[in-house]
Amino acid sequence: MSQEILKKVAESSLKSEVPQFAIGDTVDVHCLILEGQKSRTQIFSGVVIARSGSGVKETFTVRRIVAGEGVERKFPIHSPKISKVEVKRSSEVRRAKLYFLRDRTGKAVRLRERRDAAEKA
Amino acid sequence: MSKGILGRKVGMTQVFDRESGRVTPVTVIEAGPCNVLQIKTVEKDGYSAIQLGFLDKKRPAKDRRSRPSQASRAERGHVANIKSKRQERLAKSGGQLAPKANCEPKKLIRELRCDASAFQVGQEIKADILSGATAVDVIGYTRGRGYSGVMKRHGFSGQRATHGVKKCHRHLGSTASHASWRGGGRTKKGKRLPGQYGNERVTMRNLKLVRIDVDSNLLLVQGAIPGPRGGFVVVRETNKKG
Repeated sequence: MSQEILKKVAESSLKSEVPQFAIGDTVDVHCLILEGQKSRTQIFSGVVIARSGSGVKETFTVRRIVAGEGVERKFPIHSPKISKVEVKRSSEVRRAKLYFLRDRTGKAVRLRERRDAAEKA
Repeated sequence: MSKGILGRKVGMTQVFDRESGRVTPVTVIEAGPCNVLQIKTVEKDGYSAIQLGFLDKKRPAKDRRSRPSQASRAERGHVANIKSKRQERLAKSGGQLAPKANCEPKKLIRELRCDASAFQVGQEIKADILSGATAVDVIGYTRGRGYSGVMKRHGFSGQRATHGVKKCHRHLGSTASHASWRGGGRTKKGKRLPGQYGNERVTMRNLKLVRIDVDSNLLLVQGAIPGPRGGFVVVRETNKKG
């Protein structure tokens, strides 16, 4: 009973349209940034290496290399600040968490592109 | 004076603030509906308060021994008029009968100090009584942990695992010494020792009221409140200023 109530409360914060993407996808995350009165969109692009949690607590981690240094950012999927997640490229991966990418540098970071996704495009 | 309501802790979750996009951790409280069972007045009782009841208690079954936790005759008589010799005597002598709420006997009964003139016995109070309040105080009982040692109860460090410590690893150290500031040969009053930990009335003050949902009787309060899920709480408009 109490779990149902909590679910109902959390539902009010869920997005009606959840962004669709998979682990290993290269994505552009559009985040709204408030600067005083003005708001503008900042794009963070990289590879989705993990997805965790469920319901309102669900988050995803995006990894990219900035100036030779690995940068990871964790986004709540249902955050109203995430306006859009655009999939640029899909890759063939065989696991849910791509933490092995953290140990790799240079060319080894590349993932093989998914066939079906490439044909569709 | 403060407005308030009785409730039950449902649990914690998080919601997004639409404007800032920030995550707010919230405790969901199922609040009310409550009935006003009795009104205390300055003339009669020396102070002004309302007595609220929350959640119905079960009626006694025919076989009493098998279900002992249900409302007694006294509890039923508190909320409704039931025939009794005392009542008949009072009526005969022309005495005034106390007004009754005419509701089911209640599981949780608490008083709230307030200006009672705006309330009537039997009136139903819902979560919207707190509309207009931005912050609330939540009163509840913390989880009981029984008789606990100083490490759990006061966060002492205990003693070393090795170096000759024998069977005293979770004990407190010395309680006093001859030095005057350490007690002067006796243990100082107020020395923190093992004892009952938890099951203690705690008031969390000035918690932000995030949302009121009158239709489903829910209050969303920012942050944690005392007690386990399902624990009873009193929620009142905060008396903290500023």
